[in-house]
Amino acid sequence: MNKRNFNIVGKPVIRRDGCAKVTGKAKYADDFRFEGELYGVMVRTNSSHAIIKKIDYSEIADNPSVKLIIDANDIPGKKKVGPIKQDQPVFCNERIVTPGDVIAMLVGEKESELRQLAKRIRIELEELPLLENPRNALDKDAILIHPEFKTNLITHYPLRKGNIEKGFNQSDEIIEQTYTTQLVEHAYIEPECVTAIPGEGNLKIKIIGSIQNPFTTRKVVASVLDCGLNKVEIIQAELGGSFGGKDDIMNILSARAAIAALKSNRPIKIKYNREESIIESYKRHPYILNYKIGFKRDGKIKAIKIDLLADGGAYSSMSPFVTWRSVVQATGPYEIKNVHTDVRVVYTNNPYTGAMRGFGSPQPIFAIESMMDEIALRVGKTPFEIRKINGFKQGSVTASGQKLSGHEVTLNKVLKKAVDVSSFSSKWVENKKSVEKNEAPTQSYVKNSLILHKDDFINPDKLWRKGIGLALSYRGCSLGAEGIDAAASYVSIQPDGTVYLLSGLAENGQGLKTTYSIVAAEVLGISADKIIYLEQNTSRIPDSGPTVASRATLMGGGATKNACEELKKRLGKLLVNEWRLKSPNELHFANGTVTYNGKKKKISFDELIKKAYTQGVNLSAIGWYAGPKVHWEEETGHGSAYFTYVYGCQVAEVSVNIGTGEVYINNIWAVHDPGKVINILGAEGQVYGGTTQGAGYGLWEKISTHEGKIRENNFDQFLIPTSKDIDAIDPYFIEGKDKYGAWGGKSLGEPTLELTAAAIANAITNATGQRFFNLPINIEELLLRKKLYPESLKRGSIL
Amino acid sequence: MKISFVLNGQNTSMEIEPNIRLLDLLRDKFNLTGTKEGCSIGECGACTVIMNGKAVNSCLVLAGQCDGAEIITIEGIEKDGKLHPLQENFLKSGAVQCGFCTPGMIMSAYALLLENPNPIEEEIKDAIAGNLCRCTGYKQIIDAVEKSTKEVVR
Repeated sequence: MNKRNFNIVGKPVIRRDGCAKVTGKAKYADDFRFEGELYGVMVRTNSSHAIIKKIDYSEIADNPSVKLIIDANDIPGKKKVGPIKQDQPVFCNERIVTPGDVIAMLVGEKESELRQLAKRIRIELEELPLLENPRNALDKDAILIHPEFKTNLITHYPLRKGNIEKGFNQSDEIIEQTYTTQLVEHAYIEPECVTAIPGEGNLKIKIIGSIQNPFTTRKVVASVLDCGLNKVEIIQAELGGSFGGKDDIMNILSARAAIAALKSNRPIKIKYNREESIIESYKRHPYILNYKIGFKRDGKIKAIKIDLLADGGAYSSMSPFVTWRSVVQATGPYEIKNVHTDVRVVYTNNPYTGAMRGFGSPQPIFAIESMMDEIALRVGKTPFEIRKINGFKQGSVTASGQKLSGHEVTLNKVLKKAVDVSSFSSKWVENKKSVEKNEAPTQSYVKNSLILHKDDFINPDKLWRKGIGLALSYRGCSLGAEGIDAAASYVSIQPDGTVYLLSGLAENGQGLKTTYSIVAAEVLGISADKIIYLEQNTSRIPDSGPTVASRATLMGGGATKNACEELKKRLGKLLVNEWRLKSPNELHFANGTVTYNGKKKKISFDELIKKAYTQGVNLSAIGWYAGPKVHWEEETGHGSAYFTYVYGCQVAEVSVNIGTGEVYINNIWAVHDPGKVINILGAEGQVYGGTTQGAGYGLWEKISTHEGKIRENNFDQFLIPTSKDIDAIDPYFIEGKDKYGAWGGKSLGEPTLELTAAAIANAITNATGQRFFNLPINIEELLLRKKLYPESLKRGSIL
Repeated sequence: MKISFVLNGQNTSMEIEPNIRLLDLLRDKFNLTGTKEGCSIGECGACTVIMNGKAVNSCLVLAGQCDGAEIITIEGIEKDGKLHPLQENFLKSGAVQCGFCTPGMIMSAYALLLENPNPIEEEIKDAIAGNLCRCTGYKQIIDAVEKSTKEVVR
């Protein structure tokens, strides 16, 4: 099935949207201007938890700059929204549960004036006690964030396999450890922006914005406006980064803009500045991870008990799905007979958390991969050996009882490749030895003289220690038992042989327009240049679910291939008649030509299309790709969670300055099995970008809160990697065979991110001989084993 | 106040409010929306343009300061309808993903090549250190700039 020669698949193809992006012509949400547009500015409080007693607009109501004030009373339909549990108000009118909460929106011509006026609204609040620590959320006397649910528990996923007590009894040694991970922001460089335009004709509202999942936005807006889905049209502007982050927040902003647009009958634009973006948008869940592992002297793991607690913040958002992926993948890619896992996610007054690239996997991977290295040290093996002993093989059974079959289980291949290309084992042993014999350099100020001599200083070069670490993972592709999993792709060949293409999955910047164009060009045997990718518009293509879960290449690639195969079949039928062939089997579509039986007969693609068009052949098709059935038993955590998996291994080599706590990343070797690589430039880009984000997560990125309020609300304090922070990144692809998607092209975006922090943490341990349990491992964590925070929330750049 | 300046090779003068930024001038008055706003405090570099031969964050420059200046934006670097080598190589190297940082990134690289036509890798990293990119991990961007060094005709 995979043994075919590809003409375009796997070769560098220039991005379909690239030219517009390098010339500045690409239109992002804020680049659209509409006649008569007004701006919406949010009204927030200074509280993190309070009952709203009274909102008094009187001081600004008559101000000529304020054209409209919109609040909960203006909502015609559902007042609360949310992807799973509808617990998030579009405008708050009863309670404030987190500082990002919005009470009202001022609409007018001048954004800057509205921002000043927003401060003059008198909001009477009754402050409530704060719940900041997720560990206290389930206490009997804990204050309830959403009293209507009678608990702060959002979801609890148990998973039970084998007999945990028996497993620990059979173990020679047991290690138990707690890890924590931090709150982080997606940090897409484009802040949120959306414009709602009153609809013409039968259309109620048209929305153009920086929207990750247009169909989800449509659903939310229709529910808030209380109208049919077909009255709402969502157009995706060029998206300036998302990483899972422009979902819920954009749905709510779109709904607010839509309400105001209908009330004013004018286009309404909402544009967030960076501070607002960070304050209101959701983040990646902080986890508290408790792992207890029992193993034999030979390194074989007998039992694992896992207790994960995630901070969902004030709203549930995607929490149930995020933590579900955690329960599936918490053991790492290791076959363990006895597993006892509990994953809980709770409400607090902290910023709410939801989907972010990785989606419940970077946290447990950090914990389990740290544990694996600890086991290796205990039993005197290398990190490579311990993973080889316990890692999944073809036919292995996962924690949820799913047998890994039907696809190639390449765990060992990616592990071996990563270890080989990085010379991992010898470096690891050598670094470890030098840590064991090397003492930290010390200063000796035993002089009477105040003048220091050269020898009195620590030589800065002597402070650097080298370390190497690895991390290994498996990852379920697409949504799994989380939800409906199907996607559409529309392909329409024009009479001259040029092609329109559009999928229901939306470009997030990762390059799916290019990937789908490659798939279509490959099947039809034409150049990708002949394909124009159409505007992403919910009125033009079937709902294909969200662009999440690294599912775009797999699902949309499959749908695009199906559409093109269908068209090829119709064209083949024409040629069978025309050339009096027995079957279309030996027709070959390549390089803009269709040949039969090795060039015995030949026609150019364009000519063939002309012929087909004049004969009335249908030259358009909608391809559909639906994932096979998967299932999950909520009580036991048993089931075939995902229909297929991908595997990856990353090795990080770092230099640690034991004097300053600085960590420099010298090299990351990233070996991934994404299945068939369709778009090689895009695939490499995913690896470079994902590992860099993962490194930021491991070493620097951190959103901290004080009484629920965020301290780091712009890029001067929230530090993401720059061009100078990481040296080499080397991507390698192992193309494991699979029957799903287009020629077995599966997932890559998230696997590239989820491993890096864990690999770096292990490298730091290799360099220092010390284990760090709390992400990020920034300089203060390295030197002081605690995090330091700015003293005050006040800062220069805030409004 | 009235300012006169050269914008992408064209002499321009305009009456402006004294409190607007160069970024607002470009985006709102000239509809040059290739220059992006990402953080408004000079940290992300998405608004980078060339002012008198140097890369500046246009969110930190008042429009009034541009009187008599020469400004080049992403829209002004194509020559005779042909992409600038930097643009060409950004495409070929896969240096573009979401593309929001791309104009600023290219302008920082453009300023570097004006000053130093043969930069080494470390100098390229320095030149774009003030431009944040969340998608690419910078590798393909650095590659693209490196490839361009040989092709830029001054």
